[in-house]
Amino acid sequence: MNALKRHCALMFLAGVLLLLPLALPNNYYYDIAIHMAINAIIVLGLNLLIGFAGQISLGHAGFIGIGAYASAILPTHFGWHPIFAMVAGAAMASAIAAIVARPIFRLKGHYLAMATLGLGIIIAIVIKNEAAYTGGPDGMPVAALGLMGFSISGEKQWYWVLAVMLLFSFWAAQNLIDSPFGRALRALHGSEVAAQVMGVDIVRYKAAIFVLSAFFASLMGSVTAHYVGFVAPNIADFFHSIELMIMVVIGGMASIYGSLIGAVLLTALPQALSTFEGWETVAYGSILLLCMIFMPKGLVPTLAARFGRNDQEEH
Amino acid sequence: MALLEVDNLSKAFGGVMAVQNVSFAVERGLVYSVIGPNGAGKTTLFNLITGVYTPTEGDIRLDGQSIAGAAPHELAVKGMARTFQNLQICMNMTALENVMVGAHLQLDRNLVRSMLRFPGIARRDRELKEEARELMRFVGLQSYWNLDASSMPYGALKRLEIARALAAKPQILFLDEPASGLNSKETAEIDELVRKVADNHVTVVLVEHDMKMVMNISDRILVLDYGKKLTEGSATEVRENPDVIAAYLGSNV
Repeated sequence: MNALKRHCALMFLAGVLLLLPLALPNNYYYDIAIHMAINAIIVLGLNLLIGFAGQISLGHAGFIGIGAYASAILPTHFGWHPIFAMVAGAAMASAIAAIVARPIFRLKGHYLAMATLGLGIIIAIVIKNEAAYTGGPDGMPVAALGLMGFSISGEKQWYWVLAVMLLFSFWAAQNLIDSPFGRALRALHGSEVAAQVMGVDIVRYKAAIFVLSAFFASLMGSVTAHYVGFVAPNIADFFHSIELMIMVVIGGMASIYGSLIGAVLLTALPQALSTFEGWETVAYGSILLLCMIFMPKGLVPTLAARFGRNDQEEH
Repeated sequence: MALLEVDNLSKAFGGVMAVQNVSFAVERGLVYSVIGPNGAGKTTLFNLITGVYTPTEGDIRLDGQSIAGAAPHELAVKGMARTFQNLQICMNMTALENVMVGAHLQLDRNLVRSMLRFPGIARRDRELKEEARELMRFVGLQSYWNLDASSMPYGALKRLEIARALAAKPQILFLDEPASGLNSKETAEIDELVRKVADNHVTVVLVEHDMKMVMNISDRILVLDYGKKLTEGSATEVRENPDVIAAYLGSNV
Protein backbone atom coordinates (compact mmCIF):
# COMPACT_ATOMS: atom_id res chain seq x y z
CA MET A 1 0.00 0.00 0.00
CA ASN A 2 1.47 3.35 -0.87
CA ALA A 3 1.71 6.23 1.57
CA LEU A 4 -1.42 7.99 0.33
CA LYS A 5 -3.61 4.90 0.56
CA ARG A 6 -2.18 4.16 3.96
CA HIS A 7 -3.15 7.57 5.27
CA CYS A 8 -6.61 7.40 3.67
CA ALA A 9 -7.29 4.00 5.23
CA LEU A 10 -6.20 5.23 8.64
CA MET A 11 -8.27 8.41 8.33
CA PHE A 12 -11.26 6.34 7.35
CA LEU A 13 -10.78 4.12 10.39
CA ALA A 14 -10.46 7.18 12.62
CA GLY A 15 -13.66 8.60 11.13
CA VAL A 16 -15.55 5.37 11.73
CA LEU A 17 -14.33 5.20 15.33
CA LEU A 18 -15.32 8.83 15.86
CA LEU A 19 -18.81 8.47 14.40
CA LEU A 20 -19.59 4.99 15.66
CA PRO A 21 -20.86 6.15 19.10
CA LEU A 22 -23.68 8.01 17.29
CA ALA A 23 -24.90 4.65 16.02
CA LEU A 24 -24.48 2.76 19.29
CA PRO A 25 -27.87 2.87 21.06
CA ASN A 26 -26.84 1.48 24.44
CA ASN A 27 -24.10 -0.03 26.57
CA TYR A 28 -24.70 -3.50 25.17
CA TYR A 29 -23.53 -2.31 21.76
CA TYR A 30 -20.63 -0.40 23.30
CA ASP A 31 -19.63 -3.62 24.98
CA ILE A 32 -19.59 -5.46 21.67
CA ALA A 33 -17.60 -2.65 20.03
CA ILE A 34 -15.03 -2.78 22.85
CA HIS A 35 -14.61 -6.54 22.48
CA MET A 36 -14.25 -6.09 18.73
CA ALA A 37 -11.46 -3.56 19.27
CA ILE A 38 -9.67 -5.77 21.79
CA ASN A 39 -9.86 -8.74 19.44
CA ALA A 40 -8.80 -6.64 16.46
CA ILE A 41 -5.59 -5.58 18.20
CA ILE A 42 -4.73 -9.15 19.23
CA VAL A 43 -5.59 -10.47 15.77
CA LEU A 44 -3.46 -7.77 14.18
CA GLY A 45 -0.46 -8.90 16.22
CA LEU A 46 -1.20 -12.50 15.34
CA ASN A 47 -1.58 -11.64 11.66
CA LEU A 48 1.88 -10.06 11.65
CA LEU A 49 3.18 -13.43 12.83
CA ILE A 50 0.95 -15.75 10.79
CA GLY A 51 0.03 -13.78 7.69
CA PHE A 52 3.11 -11.68 7.09
CA ALA A 53 5.95 -13.73 8.58
CA GLY A 54 4.32 -17.07 7.69
CA GLN A 55 4.79 -18.61 11.13
CA ILE A 56 2.11 -19.99 13.41
CA SER A 57 1.05 -19.77 17.02
CA LEU A 58 -1.70 -21.99 18.37
CA GLY A 59 -1.05 -20.89 21.92
CA HIS A 60 -1.60 -17.18 21.69
CA ALA A 61 -4.38 -17.12 24.26
CA GLY A 62 -1.70 -18.12 26.77
CA PHE A 63 -0.11 -14.69 26.38
CA ILE A 64 -3.49 -13.02 26.78
CA GLY A 65 -3.89 -15.04 29.96
CA ILE A 66 -0.52 -13.86 31.27
CA GLY A 67 -1.52 -10.22 30.82
CA ALA A 68 -4.99 -10.71 32.24
CA TYR A 69 -3.77 -12.56 35.32
CA ALA A 70 -0.85 -10.19 35.90
CA SER A 71 -3.40 -7.37 36.05
CA ALA A 72 -5.58 -9.43 38.37
CA ILE A 73 -2.96 -10.91 40.70
CA LEU A 74 -0.32 -8.22 41.14
CA PRO A 75 -2.66 -5.44 42.37
CA THR A 76 -4.84 -7.80 44.47
CA HIS A 77 -2.20 -9.92 46.15
CA PHE A 78 0.83 -7.65 46.08
CA GLY A 79 -0.65 -4.17 46.04
CA TRP A 80 0.96 -3.15 42.73
CA HIS A 81 -0.36 -0.20 40.79
CA PRO A 82 -2.46 -1.60 37.90
CA ILE A 83 -0.34 0.19 35.30
CA PHE A 84 2.84 -1.43 36.64
CA ALA A 85 1.02 -4.75 36.75
CA MET A 86 0.03 -4.33 33.10
CA VAL A 87 3.61 -3.50 32.11
CA ALA A 88 4.95 -6.39 34.18
CA GLY A 89 2.49 -8.77 32.49
CA ALA A 90 3.51 -7.59 29.04
CA ALA A 91 7.17 -7.86 29.99
CA MET A 92 6.65 -11.38 31.28
CA ALA A 93 4.74 -12.49 28.19
CA SER A 94 7.46 -10.97 25.98
CA ALA A 95 10.19 -12.63 28.04
CA ILE A 96 8.53 -16.05 27.82
CA ALA A 97 8.03 -15.57 24.07
CA ALA A 98 11.68 -14.52 23.66
CA ILE A 99 13.00 -17.48 25.67
CA VAL A 100 11.00 -20.12 23.80
CA ALA A 101 11.38 -18.42 20.39
CA ARG A 102 14.97 -19.52 19.74
CA PRO A 103 14.28 -23.25 20.05
CA ILE A 104 10.76 -23.33 18.59
CA PHE A 105 11.44 -21.22 15.50
CA ARG A 106 13.93 -23.80 14.36
CA LEU A 107 10.80 -25.86 13.80
CA LYS A 108 8.50 -25.46 10.83
CA GLY A 109 4.91 -26.21 9.88
CA HIS A 110 3.17 -28.86 11.96
CA TYR A 111 6.04 -29.10 14.43
CA LEU A 112 5.94 -25.39 15.13
CA ALA A 113 2.16 -25.60 15.53
CA MET A 114 2.58 -28.39 18.07
CA ALA A 115 5.25 -26.49 20.03
CA THR A 116 3.15 -23.31 20.27
CA LEU A 117 0.08 -25.37 21.14
CA GLY A 118 2.02 -26.97 23.98
CA LEU A 119 3.19 -23.59 25.23
CA GLY A 120 -0.38 -22.26 25.35
CA ILE A 121 -1.64 -25.34 27.15
CA ILE A 122 1.12 -25.12 29.77
CA ILE A 123 0.20 -21.52 30.55
CA ALA A 124 -3.50 -22.42 30.74
CA ILE A 125 -2.79 -25.33 33.12
CA VAL A 126 -0.62 -23.17 35.39
CA ILE A 127 -3.43 -20.60 35.61
CA LYS A 128 -6.03 -23.25 36.40
CA ASN A 129 -3.94 -24.98 39.05
CA GLU A 130 -2.35 -22.10 40.97
CA ALA A 131 -5.68 -21.54 42.70
CA ALA A 132 -4.10 -19.77 45.66
CA TYR A 133 -3.23 -16.85 43.39
CA THR A 134 -5.53 -17.22 40.41
CA GLY A 135 -8.73 -18.46 42.02
CA GLY A 136 -8.46 -21.62 39.94
CA PRO A 137 -11.39 -22.47 37.67
CA ASP A 138 -13.57 -19.90 39.45
CA GLY A 139 -11.43 -17.00 38.31
CA MET A 140 -10.93 -13.81 40.30
CA PRO A 141 -12.09 -10.19 40.38
CA VAL A 142 -9.87 -7.45 38.97
CA ALA A 143 -9.42 -3.94 40.40
CA ALA A 144 -10.39 -0.93 38.31
CA LEU A 145 -7.71 0.65 36.16
CA GLY A 146 -6.68 4.02 37.57
CA LEU A 147 -4.61 6.57 35.72
CA MET A 148 -3.23 9.50 37.72
CA GLY A 149 -6.26 9.80 39.96
CA PHE A 150 -8.85 9.08 37.23
CA SER A 151 -10.19 5.61 37.01
CA ILE A 152 -11.44 4.29 33.70
CA SER A 153 -14.89 2.89 34.16
CA GLY A 154 -18.02 2.39 32.15
CA GLU A 155 -18.36 1.33 28.53
CA LYS A 156 -18.16 4.86 27.08
CA GLN A 157 -14.78 5.66 28.64
CA TRP A 158 -13.37 2.30 27.69
CA TYR A 159 -14.62 2.76 24.14
CA TRP A 160 -12.47 5.86 23.68
CA VAL A 161 -9.44 4.27 25.31
CA LEU A 162 -9.72 1.34 22.94
CA ALA A 163 -10.41 3.53 19.92
CA VAL A 164 -7.09 5.30 20.53
CA MET A 165 -5.27 1.99 21.09
CA LEU A 166 -6.79 0.51 17.94
CA LEU A 167 -5.83 3.46 15.81
CA PHE A 168 -2.31 3.47 17.19
CA SER A 169 -1.88 -0.28 16.62
CA PHE A 170 -3.05 -0.11 13.03
CA TRP A 171 -0.86 2.89 12.34
CA ALA A 172 2.17 1.11 13.87
CA ALA A 173 1.46 -2.18 12.09
CA GLN A 174 1.19 -0.44 8.73
CA ASN A 175 4.43 1.38 9.38
CA LEU A 176 6.12 -1.85 10.32
CA ILE A 177 4.96 -3.74 7.24
CA ASP A 178 6.13 -0.94 4.99
CA SER A 179 9.60 -0.73 6.59
CA PRO A 180 12.80 -2.68 5.95
CA PHE A 181 11.92 -4.80 9.00
CA GLY A 182 8.50 -5.64 7.54
CA ARG A 183 9.94 -6.43 4.14
CA ALA A 184 12.41 -8.80 5.76
CA LEU A 185 9.49 -10.55 7.49
CA ARG A 186 7.55 -10.94 4.28
CA ALA A 187 10.70 -12.03 2.46
CA LEU A 188 11.37 -14.87 4.89
CA HIS A 189 7.77 -15.95 4.36
CA GLY A 190 8.34 -15.93 0.59
CA SER A 191 11.70 -17.71 0.64
CA GLU A 192 13.71 -18.36 3.77
CA VAL A 193 16.90 -19.14 1.90
CA ALA A 194 16.65 -15.99 -0.23
CA ALA A 195 16.03 -13.87 2.86
CA GLN A 196 19.06 -15.40 4.57
CA VAL A 197 21.28 -14.80 1.60
CA MET A 198 20.19 -11.15 1.63
CA GLY A 199 21.42 -10.92 5.22
CA VAL A 200 18.19 -11.54 7.13
CA ASP A 201 18.85 -13.46 10.34
CA ILE A 202 15.59 -15.38 10.02
CA VAL A 203 15.39 -16.86 13.52
CA ARG A 204 15.92 -13.40 15.01
CA TYR A 205 13.15 -11.91 12.90
CA LYS A 206 10.70 -14.70 13.63
CA ALA A 207 11.50 -14.34 17.33
CA ALA A 208 11.08 -10.56 17.22
CA ILE A 209 7.64 -10.71 15.63
CA PHE A 210 6.58 -13.51 17.96
CA VAL A 211 7.61 -11.38 20.95
CA LEU A 212 5.80 -8.37 19.54
CA SER A 213 2.57 -10.30 19.01
CA ALA A 214 2.86 -11.79 22.52
CA PHE A 215 3.32 -8.27 23.87
CA PHE A 216 0.17 -7.03 22.10
CA ALA A 217 -1.76 -10.08 23.31
CA SER A 218 -0.69 -9.63 26.93
CA LEU A 219 -1.52 -5.93 26.90
CA MET A 220 -4.98 -6.69 25.55
CA GLY A 221 -5.36 -9.41 28.17
CA SER A 222 -4.76 -6.78 30.85
CA VAL A 223 -7.21 -4.42 29.19
CA THR A 224 -9.86 -7.15 29.01
CA ALA A 225 -9.32 -8.00 32.68
CA HIS A 226 -9.72 -4.39 33.81
CA TYR A 227 -12.64 -3.72 31.51
CA VAL A 228 -14.61 -6.82 32.48
CA GLY A 229 -13.52 -6.57 36.11
CA PHE A 230 -13.13 -10.32 36.31
CA VAL A 231 -10.86 -13.00 34.86
CA ALA A 232 -11.55 -16.68 34.34
CA PRO A 233 -9.09 -19.30 33.05
CA ASN A 234 -10.93 -19.78 29.76
CA ILE A 235 -9.30 -16.52 28.58
CA ALA A 236 -6.06 -18.51 28.19
CA ASP A 237 -7.45 -21.74 26.80
CA PHE A 238 -6.91 -23.43 23.49
CA PHE A 239 -10.34 -22.53 22.11
CA HIS A 240 -9.64 -18.86 22.54
CA SER A 241 -6.41 -19.32 20.53
CA ILE A 242 -8.35 -21.07 17.79
CA GLU A 243 -10.98 -18.34 17.74
CA LEU A 244 -8.28 -15.71 17.18
CA MET A 245 -6.68 -17.85 14.51
CA ILE A 246 -10.04 -18.09 12.70
CA MET A 247 -10.33 -14.31 12.79
CA VAL A 248 -6.94 -14.00 11.10
CA VAL A 249 -7.83 -16.51 8.40
CA ILE A 250 -11.37 -15.25 7.71
CA GLY A 251 -10.29 -11.61 7.67
CA GLY A 252 -7.38 -12.37 5.40
CA MET A 253 -3.80 -13.44 6.01
CA ALA A 254 -1.19 -10.76 5.44
CA SER A 255 -3.86 -8.10 5.32
CA ILE A 256 -3.74 -5.34 7.94
CA TYR A 257 -7.39 -4.42 7.58
CA GLY A 258 -8.33 -8.06 7.20
CA SER A 259 -7.42 -8.38 10.88
CA LEU A 260 -9.94 -5.69 11.73
CA ILE A 261 -12.70 -7.12 9.55
CA GLY A 262 -12.09 -10.66 10.79
CA ALA A 263 -12.22 -9.56 14.42
CA VAL A 264 -15.31 -7.38 13.93
CA LEU A 265 -17.31 -10.01 12.04
CA LEU A 266 -16.43 -12.97 14.21
CA THR A 267 -17.03 -11.03 17.42
CA ALA A 268 -20.44 -9.95 16.14
CA LEU A 269 -21.40 -13.29 14.60
CA PRO A 270 -22.16 -15.25 17.78
CA GLN A 271 -24.27 -12.32 18.99
CA ALA A 272 -26.15 -12.16 15.71
CA LEU A 273 -26.66 -15.91 15.71
CA SER A 274 -27.99 -16.05 19.25
CA THR A 275 -31.52 -16.03 17.80
CA PHE A 276 -30.90 -19.51 16.36
CA GLU A 277 -31.18 -20.98 19.86
CA GLY A 278 -29.30 -24.23 20.07
CA TRP A 279 -28.25 -24.11 16.44
CA GLU A 280 -25.86 -21.18 16.66
CA THR A 281 -22.75 -23.37 16.72
CA VAL A 282 -23.91 -25.17 13.60
CA ALA A 283 -24.68 -21.88 11.86
CA TYR A 284 -21.33 -20.44 12.98
CA GLY A 285 -19.46 -23.46 11.66
CA SER A 286 -21.33 -23.46 8.36
CA ILE A 287 -20.57 -19.79 7.78
CA LEU A 288 -16.87 -20.39 8.43
CA LEU A 289 -16.91 -23.36 6.09
CA LEU A 290 -18.56 -21.38 3.30
CA CYS A 291 -16.13 -18.50 3.79
CA MET A 292 -13.18 -20.82 3.40
CA ILE A 293 -14.61 -22.58 0.37
CA PHE A 294 -15.50 -19.42 -1.52
CA MET A 295 -12.88 -17.04 -0.15
CA PRO A 296 -9.85 -19.12 0.77
CA LYS A 297 -7.65 -16.02 0.91
CA GLY A 298 -9.94 -14.35 3.42
CA LEU A 299 -12.47 -11.56 3.11
CA VAL A 300 -10.36 -8.47 2.57
CA PRO A 301 -7.84 -9.84 0.04
CA THR A 302 -10.65 -11.53 -1.93
CA LEU A 303 -12.82 -8.43 -2.06
CA ALA A 304 -9.83 -6.20 -2.77
CA ALA A 305 -8.85 -8.42 -5.71
CA ARG A 306 -12.41 -8.40 -7.01
CA PHE A 307 -12.57 -4.63 -6.98
CA GLY A 308 -9.32 -4.30 -8.82
CA ARG A 309 -6.94 -3.13 -6.16
CA ASN A 310 -5.14 -5.62 -4.08
CA ASP A 311 -4.42 -4.22 -0.69
CA GLN A 312 -1.83 -6.82 0.13
CA GLU A 313 0.09 -6.54 -3.08
CA GLU A 314 0.56 -2.82 -3.11
CA HIS A 315 2.29 -2.29 0.18
CA MET B 1 45.80 -11.94 -2.35
CA ALA B 2 42.86 -13.45 -4.16
CA LEU B 3 39.38 -12.33 -3.10
CA LEU B 4 38.11 -15.86 -2.64
CA GLU B 5 40.29 -18.83 -1.79
CA VAL B 6 38.97 -22.35 -1.54
CA ASP B 7 41.28 -24.93 0.06
CA ASN B 8 40.78 -28.69 -0.18
CA LEU B 9 37.06 -28.33 0.18
CA SER B 10 35.04 -31.54 0.63
CA LYS B 11 31.41 -32.31 1.28
CA ALA B 12 30.04 -35.76 1.97
CA PHE B 13 26.33 -36.62 1.91
CA GLY B 14 26.38 -39.93 3.73
CA GLY B 15 28.81 -42.00 1.71
CA VAL B 16 28.66 -39.82 -1.40
CA MET B 17 31.45 -37.30 -1.84
CA ALA B 18 29.62 -34.52 -3.68
CA VAL B 19 32.68 -32.30 -3.59
CA GLN B 20 36.13 -33.74 -3.00
CA ASN B 21 39.36 -31.83 -2.27
CA VAL B 22 38.56 -28.91 -4.50
CA SER B 23 40.93 -25.94 -4.35
CA PHE B 24 40.88 -22.76 -6.38
CA ALA B 25 41.23 -19.01 -6.04
CA VAL B 26 39.18 -16.22 -7.58
CA GLU B 27 40.98 -12.96 -8.28
CA ARG B 28 39.21 -9.68 -7.75
CA GLY B 29 37.22 -8.28 -10.67
CA LEU B 30 37.17 -11.46 -12.76
CA VAL B 31 34.37 -13.55 -14.16
CA TYR B 32 35.13 -17.02 -12.86
CA SER B 33 33.06 -19.92 -14.15
CA VAL B 34 32.51 -23.38 -12.76
CA ILE B 35 31.46 -25.98 -15.30
CA GLY B 36 31.05 -29.72 -15.40
CA PRO B 37 28.62 -32.42 -16.46
CA ASN B 38 25.34 -32.88 -14.55
CA GLY B 39 25.96 -34.03 -11.00
CA ALA B 40 29.56 -32.83 -11.00
CA GLY B 41 29.02 -30.93 -7.74
CA LYS B 42 28.79 -27.38 -9.05
CA THR B 43 25.72 -26.35 -7.10
CA THR B 44 27.00 -28.16 -3.99
CA LEU B 45 30.20 -26.16 -4.31
CA PHE B 46 28.13 -22.97 -4.52
CA ASN B 47 26.04 -23.95 -1.52
CA LEU B 48 29.21 -24.64 0.48
CA ILE B 49 30.77 -21.29 -0.32
CA THR B 50 27.57 -19.32 0.28
CA GLY B 51 26.89 -20.97 3.64
CA VAL B 52 23.84 -23.04 2.70
CA TYR B 53 25.83 -26.22 3.45
CA THR B 54 28.60 -26.71 6.01
CA PRO B 55 31.81 -28.20 4.56
CA THR B 56 32.86 -31.64 5.74
CA GLU B 57 36.48 -30.64 5.33
CA GLY B 58 38.61 -27.81 4.01
CA ASP B 59 38.60 -24.06 4.27
CA ILE B 60 37.08 -21.12 2.42
CA ARG B 61 38.56 -17.64 2.78
CA LEU B 62 37.01 -14.37 1.67
CA ASP B 63 39.43 -11.45 1.75
CA GLY B 64 41.80 -13.66 3.77
CA GLN B 65 39.21 -14.39 6.48
CA SER B 66 37.97 -17.93 6.96
CA ILE B 67 34.24 -18.18 6.24
CA ALA B 68 33.80 -21.96 6.21
CA GLY B 69 30.62 -22.91 8.09
CA ALA B 70 29.37 -19.32 8.45
CA ALA B 71 25.61 -18.81 8.05
CA PRO B 72 24.33 -17.18 4.84
CA HIS B 73 23.22 -14.02 6.65
CA GLU B 74 26.70 -13.61 8.11
CA LEU B 75 28.24 -13.97 4.66
CA ALA B 76 25.90 -11.32 3.30
CA VAL B 77 27.47 -8.90 5.79
CA LYS B 78 30.87 -9.71 4.25
CA GLY B 79 29.67 -8.70 0.80
CA MET B 80 28.56 -12.00 -0.68
CA ALA B 81 25.41 -12.27 -2.78
CA ARG B 82 23.98 -15.04 -4.90
CA THR B 83 21.16 -16.16 -7.14
CA PHE B 84 19.59 -19.60 -7.29
CA GLN B 85 19.28 -22.20 -9.99
CA ASN B 86 15.73 -22.99 -8.87
CA LEU B 87 14.35 -19.49 -8.41
CA GLN B 88 14.08 -18.16 -4.86
CA ILE B 89 11.87 -15.14 -5.46
CA CYS B 90 9.51 -13.92 -2.76
CA MET B 91 6.25 -14.43 -4.61
CA ASN B 92 4.26 -12.66 -1.88
CA MET B 93 5.91 -9.34 -2.77
CA THR B 94 6.16 -7.02 -5.73
CA ALA B 95 9.13 -7.07 -8.07
CA LEU B 96 10.37 -3.78 -6.65
CA GLU B 97 10.05 -4.99 -3.06
CA ASN B 98 12.08 -8.07 -3.93
CA VAL B 99 14.89 -5.81 -5.09
CA MET B 100 14.48 -3.63 -1.99
CA VAL B 101 14.96 -6.67 0.26
CA GLY B 102 18.37 -7.01 -1.36
CA ALA B 103 19.45 -3.80 0.35
CA HIS B 104 18.38 -5.16 3.76
CA LEU B 105 21.75 -4.75 5.44
CA GLN B 106 22.15 -1.11 4.46
CA LEU B 107 18.91 -0.11 6.20
CA ASP B 108 17.64 0.73 9.67
CA ARG B 109 15.96 -2.48 10.88
CA ASN B 110 15.08 -1.37 14.40
CA LEU B 111 11.63 -2.69 15.33
CA VAL B 112 10.47 0.27 17.43
CA ARG B 113 11.76 2.91 15.04
CA SER B 114 10.06 1.04 12.16
CA MET B 115 6.71 0.92 13.95
CA LEU B 116 6.85 4.63 14.77
CA ARG B 117 8.08 5.34 11.25
CA PHE B 118 10.97 7.59 12.19
CA PRO B 119 11.59 10.21 9.50
CA GLY B 120 14.97 8.67 8.64
CA ILE B 121 13.34 5.34 7.76
CA ALA B 122 10.72 6.89 5.51
CA ARG B 123 13.32 9.04 3.74
CA ARG B 124 15.75 6.17 3.21
CA ASP B 125 12.89 4.01 1.89
CA ARG B 126 12.02 6.63 -0.70
CA GLU B 127 15.65 6.80 -1.85
CA LEU B 128 15.83 3.02 -1.88
CA LYS B 129 12.76 2.78 -4.10
CA GLU B 130 14.54 4.99 -6.62
CA GLU B 131 17.73 2.90 -6.39
CA ALA B 132 15.74 -0.31 -6.78
CA ARG B 133 14.00 1.09 -9.85
CA GLU B 134 17.40 2.03 -11.24
CA LEU B 135 18.64 -1.54 -10.69
CA MET B 136 15.58 -2.95 -12.41
CA ARG B 137 16.35 -0.70 -15.36
CA PHE B 138 19.96 -1.97 -15.26
CA VAL B 139 18.84 -5.60 -15.61
CA GLY B 140 16.21 -4.66 -18.19
CA LEU B 141 13.05 -5.02 -16.08
CA GLN B 142 11.89 -1.40 -16.12
CA SER B 143 8.44 -2.40 -17.38
CA TYR B 144 7.84 -4.73 -14.42
CA TRP B 145 8.61 -2.61 -11.40
CA ASN B 146 5.08 -2.20 -10.12
CA LEU B 147 4.08 -5.81 -10.76
CA ASP B 148 3.74 -8.70 -8.35
CA ALA B 149 6.62 -11.10 -8.63
CA SER B 150 4.07 -13.91 -8.99
CA SER B 151 2.78 -12.45 -12.25
CA MET B 152 6.18 -12.20 -13.94
CA PRO B 153 7.48 -14.60 -16.59
CA TYR B 154 10.33 -16.98 -15.80
CA GLY B 155 12.99 -15.14 -17.76
CA ALA B 156 12.18 -11.87 -15.99
CA LEU B 157 12.37 -13.56 -12.58
CA LYS B 158 15.86 -14.79 -13.42
CA ARG B 159 16.93 -11.20 -13.96
CA LEU B 160 14.99 -10.04 -10.91
CA GLU B 161 17.20 -12.31 -8.80
CA ILE B 162 20.27 -10.64 -10.25
CA ALA B 163 18.85 -7.19 -9.51
CA ARG B 164 18.07 -8.23 -5.94
CA ALA B 165 21.58 -9.59 -5.46
CA LEU B 166 23.07 -6.38 -6.86
CA ALA B 167 20.98 -4.29 -4.46
CA ALA B 168 23.13 -5.73 -1.68
CA LYS B 169 26.14 -3.98 -3.32
CA PRO B 170 28.16 -7.19 -3.11
CA GLN B 171 31.89 -7.48 -3.72
CA ILE B 172 31.39 -11.01 -4.98
CA LEU B 173 28.32 -12.32 -6.78
CA PHE B 174 27.52 -16.00 -7.27
CA LEU B 175 25.24 -16.77 -10.20
CA ASP B 176 23.87 -20.30 -10.21
CA GLU B 177 22.86 -21.10 -13.81
CA PRO B 178 21.47 -17.66 -14.67
CA ALA B 179 20.64 -18.83 -18.20
CA SER B 180 19.03 -22.19 -17.40
CA GLY B 181 15.61 -22.55 -18.96
CA LEU B 182 16.07 -19.47 -21.15
CA ASN B 183 15.95 -19.34 -24.94
CA SER B 184 18.98 -18.23 -26.94
CA LYS B 185 17.88 -14.59 -27.15
CA GLU B 186 17.31 -14.38 -23.40
CA THR B 187 20.62 -16.16 -22.81
CA ALA B 188 22.41 -13.57 -24.92
CA GLU B 189 20.80 -10.86 -22.79
CA ILE B 190 21.97 -12.52 -19.56
CA ASP B 191 25.42 -12.88 -21.11
CA GLU B 192 25.49 -9.14 -21.74
CA LEU B 193 24.14 -8.42 -18.26
CA VAL B 194 26.83 -10.50 -16.54
CA ARG B 195 29.45 -8.64 -18.50
CA LYS B 196 27.93 -5.31 -17.43
CA VAL B 197 27.99 -6.47 -13.81
CA ALA B 198 31.65 -7.45 -14.08
CA ASP B 199 32.43 -4.07 -15.66
CA ASN B 200 31.03 -2.50 -12.49
CA HIS B 201 33.86 -4.12 -10.49
CA VAL B 202 31.79 -6.92 -9.01
CA THR B 203 33.62 -10.23 -9.00
CA VAL B 204 31.35 -12.83 -10.57
CA VAL B 205 31.44 -16.55 -9.94
CA LEU B 206 29.25 -18.40 -12.40
CA VAL B 207 27.85 -21.89 -12.71
CA GLU B 208 26.43 -22.37 -16.17
CA HIS B 209 25.62 -25.07 -18.67
CA ASP B 210 25.46 -22.85 -21.70
CA MET B 211 28.99 -23.35 -23.06
CA LYS B 212 28.78 -20.54 -25.57
CA MET B 213 28.04 -18.11 -22.79
CA VAL B 214 30.72 -19.53 -20.48
CA MET B 215 33.41 -19.44 -23.15
CA ASN B 216 32.37 -15.93 -24.08
CA ILE B 217 32.48 -14.18 -20.77
CA SER B 218 34.74 -16.14 -18.43
CA ASP B 219 38.21 -14.95 -17.52
CA ARG B 220 38.93 -18.28 -15.88
CA ILE B 221 37.11 -21.60 -15.84
CA LEU B 222 37.12 -24.39 -13.27
CA VAL B 223 36.03 -27.80 -14.52
CA LEU B 224 34.51 -30.25 -12.05
CA ASP B 225 33.78 -33.91 -12.66
CA TYR B 226 32.40 -36.33 -10.07
CA GLY B 227 33.04 -33.74 -7.34
CA LYS B 228 36.72 -33.41 -8.19
CA LYS B 229 38.64 -30.65 -9.87
CA LEU B 230 39.44 -31.73 -13.39
CA THR B 231 41.29 -28.66 -14.53
CA GLU B 232 41.35 -24.89 -14.37
CA GLY B 233 42.38 -22.30 -16.89
CA SER B 234 41.33 -19.81 -19.54
CA ALA B 235 38.58 -20.60 -22.03
CA THR B 236 41.05 -21.73 -24.69
CA GLU B 237 43.02 -23.91 -22.30
CA VAL B 238 39.90 -25.60 -21.02
CA ARG B 239 38.44 -26.13 -24.48
CA GLU B 240 41.59 -27.90 -25.65
CA ASN B 241 42.13 -29.99 -22.53
CA PRO B 242 41.70 -33.68 -23.45
CA ASP B 243 40.37 -34.56 -19.95
CA VAL B 244 37.58 -32.02 -20.34
CA ILE B 245 36.64 -33.35 -23.73
CA ALA B 246 36.66 -36.87 -22.29
CA ALA B 247 34.44 -35.86 -19.37
CA TYR B 248 31.88 -34.21 -21.60
CA LEU B 249 31.94 -36.42 -24.66
CA GLY B 250 33.52 -39.62 -23.37
CA SER B 251 37.00 -40.72 -24.42
CA ASN B 252 37.87 -43.17 -27.12
CA VAL B 253 40.61 -45.05 -25.33
